[in-house]
Amino acid sequence: MIPERPGTYSASALVPERGSGLSRRSFVKLATGTAFVLGFHVPLRNTSGAADRSRYAPNAFIRIDRDGDVALIIPQVEMGQGIYTSLSMLLAEELDADWSRVRVEHAPADEKRYVNPMFGIQATGGSNSVRAFWKPLRQAGASTRACFVEAAARSWGVPAEECRTENGTVIHDRTGRKSAYDALVGQASALEPPKDAPLKDVSAFRLIGRPLKRLDTAEKATGKAKFGIDVLPPGVKFATLVASPVLGGKVVHVNDQRATAIPGVRQIVVLDDLVAVVGDHMWAAKSGLEALDISWDDGPNAGVSSDLIWSRLREASLREGAIAKEVGDVERTLGSGNASSSDVMSATFELPLLAHATMEPLNCTVHVTPTFAEAWIGTQVMERVHAAVAKAAELPETQVTVHNHLIGGGFGRRLEPDMAYSAARIARHVDGPVKVVWTREEDIRHDIYRPAYHDRLWARLEGDRIVGWKHRVSGSSVMARWLPAGFQKGVDPDGVDSGADMPYEIPNLRVEFNREEPPGVITGFWRGVGPNNNVFAIESFIDELAQKAGRDPIDFRRAHLNKTPRLQAALDFVREKSGWGSALPARCGRGVCVQTSFGSFIATVVECEVGTTGEVKLRRVTTSVDTGIAVNPDTIIAQLQGGHIFGLTAALYGEITLEKGRVQQSNFHDYRMLRIDQIPPIDIHLIKSDAPPGGIGEPGTTAAIPALRNAIYAATGVALRRMPIDRKLLAGSK
Amino acid sequence: MPLLWVLRDVLALTGTKFGCGIAQCGACTVHLDGKPVRSCLLPVGTIGARAITTIEVIGATPNGAKVQKAWLDREVIQCGYCQSGQIMSATALLDAIPNPDDADIDAAMAGNICRCGTYVRIREAIKQAAAEAQAS
Repeated sequence: MIPERPGTYSASALVPERGSGLSRRSFVKLATGTAFVLGFHVPLRNTSGAADRSRYAPNAFIRIDRDGDVALIIPQVEMGQGIYTSLSMLLAEELDADWSRVRVEHAPADEKRYVNPMFGIQATGGSNSVRAFWKPLRQAGASTRACFVEAAARSWGVPAEECRTENGTVIHDRTGRKSAYDALVGQASALEPPKDAPLKDVSAFRLIGRPLKRLDTAEKATGKAKFGIDVLPPGVKFATLVASPVLGGKVVHVNDQRATAIPGVRQIVVLDDLVAVVGDHMWAAKSGLEALDISWDDGPNAGVSSDLIWSRLREASLREGAIAKEVGDVERTLGSGNASSSDVMSATFELPLLAHATMEPLNCTVHVTPTFAEAWIGTQVMERVHAAVAKAAELPETQVTVHNHLIGGGFGRRLEPDMAYSAARIARHVDGPVKVVWTREEDIRHDIYRPAYHDRLWARLEGDRIVGWKHRVSGSSVMARWLPAGFQKGVDPDGVDSGADMPYEIPNLRVEFNREEPPGVITGFWRGVGPNNNVFAIESFIDELAQKAGRDPIDFRRAHLNKTPRLQAALDFVREKSGWGSALPARCGRGVCVQTSFGSFIATVVECEVGTTGEVKLRRVTTSVDTGIAVNPDTIIAQLQGGHIFGLTAALYGEITLEKGRVQQSNFHDYRMLRIDQIPPIDIHLIKSDAPPGGIGEPGTTAAIPALRNAIYAATGVALRRMPIDRKLLAGSK
Repeated sequence: MPLLWVLRDVLALTGTKFGCGIAQCGACTVHLDGKPVRSCLLPVGTIGARAITTIEVIGATPNGAKVQKAWLDREVIQCGYCQSGQIMSATALLDAIPNPDDADIDAAMAGNICRCGTYVRIREAIKQAAAEAQAS
């Protein structure tokens, strides 16, 4: 029996944990000598290198240490999604490791060894960690296990086939022999690990499928966990920065007279497009920054406004896009393009620019010298950060080391290396390591935003069947910038994800992508990525079609999903669990959303109440999901609960706007988040499945937004076509 | 100078987090004489002889230990960045109201933002910690 308790979490990105330049005594002085501070304990970490600890490293992911611990080197970064635990389970399952001896380490920057096979680069995103590593990590575990078995069999003089493994031990039942893996390391390391060791059948899983406790959370509950923002290399200084408020603007002049007079301010670093203040602590840096008098040349984007961005996007949406998918004869079914036939419906849907607002503000600590550079950060793209620091420091990559840390929220923001590049450019001018921390205001105003989208949809009903469908997505292409090889023939595969492959059976269908880059902002991935837009547009439009056809929204969907039985089953399940169809008080409604995004089959029902002033109150969320084999079921539930809240937050509040080239939002007072007092019960139901795992980090977000929109439609009859929800449109309705 | 930066940058007590700097998110919550305060706006010179308790030692208090245990039992934590502040607010709630109802939880915890959306489990964990505190 394997104990259902976690191994100890141990970070590998080890830095000597020392205080900053100031001593405790100087704090006491600062605090007028009287404050009593509890909790001065900072845990010391093992600082020896991995190579020193290693006894046996049969592949990039598994290392048996001298103390018998099983170190699992996890190629995907932990940002809350529980991936350290889930991927460890894949390795430990096939290795038959003793789960209580498992230790997790961050993989270093190494694109060859730790490439994400679904991206082709070392990156964590797209809800694909378990999908991408489902086979490679189990194979690595099985291959290592085979070496232990072979080593034991040879030393016992018995056939390897007669041996079995359990809990880090090879067992030969006939002779009653047993040997711990630890004792077999010498013999095993002389063997060539097999490339095709057989994998377990689903029925033989002992770890996969069980709700194991996460390996990363114990230290997060005590404040001991180290995020990137927490590193303190010896002698570190602290910096914060202000970048040009308009993208592409330049520093013209800086008057630093008042700033340099502030105690603790050490240095002002003026670069082309940003100014940083370096000090003994963040407060000195921040105070110094506020005391600077900076004049900017706003550059070519000085006139950019949200109105300009939207008018360009709407205009672009009138032209035909590149064809991502074409089935049947859409032109004939719908008429010529913008058909006006009375049974052709059309609608436009819009989603705004959004910031990520990770709770851990952007930061990166960098030490640049003439011969080497070292950086500490929590990032979703280790190798890109590595390259960015090398470029900024003008050093070969071999002279640059990056330490990865736990991530205080990624959501796509940390798929970009821009913060590391800026920090390293600043660090070049600083003697010793410097921790560069963005204020929340700078973090929000210099995000790489979720694209704004404008979707045009047309559909033709014959009775209660959809016979023609055209969906034109207009927006920026993240892929063209982030992974240009993925952008082919004018189609961004992310931009049409869950659109071109939407689940409804429609005989005549066309999906187009229309690239239109907004001026004045850079756009990037944001939790839910392309499917956020497509699922919102499709599921909103489907509700309007169901209404026109006079059918119940679930019945209408179900009738078009006969070739997707896993989604039908999820829909049936959520119908039952959500109380669909039962009576509700006035101004309350239920809305449904189905989707096949990220390899999972999800059906969600949101129930809400719309007040007479247009305020939306969430009453209940119910989701059923078939995500294939649920590696760690509790993590899947948590990801869907949290993903729903992420989406509902965006639906209720999320919008970044620009005026005079400047982002107008800055902090949580004007870029609002849902809080605990607004959260309804959220019930997640997993459907048992033996199919390979699907992705789960993002579909909760994509599902929640249209489900809420449709709930409002049911409650009020108001068909919202744009997010976030405009309360004015709902006030006094119905 | 706000207490937050003294804790983090001077004393290397990095368990207390910086989130917004304007007392909107609660990531920097510590206890001042047992009451929850936002350290990002609390000038250190105003503290005087009052006791500051941070996440690093809240487990040494009976309610702090129960809250931390409930947080792990219920697998509240995702990225974890806001959770120091959540645990400090929840512990202060139980210190003030041993058996909080939903409205008490809303009132005490609405100042703490969690971007991962762990709120459902925070509520469950507070109720578990309260029940265990009552039982002991």
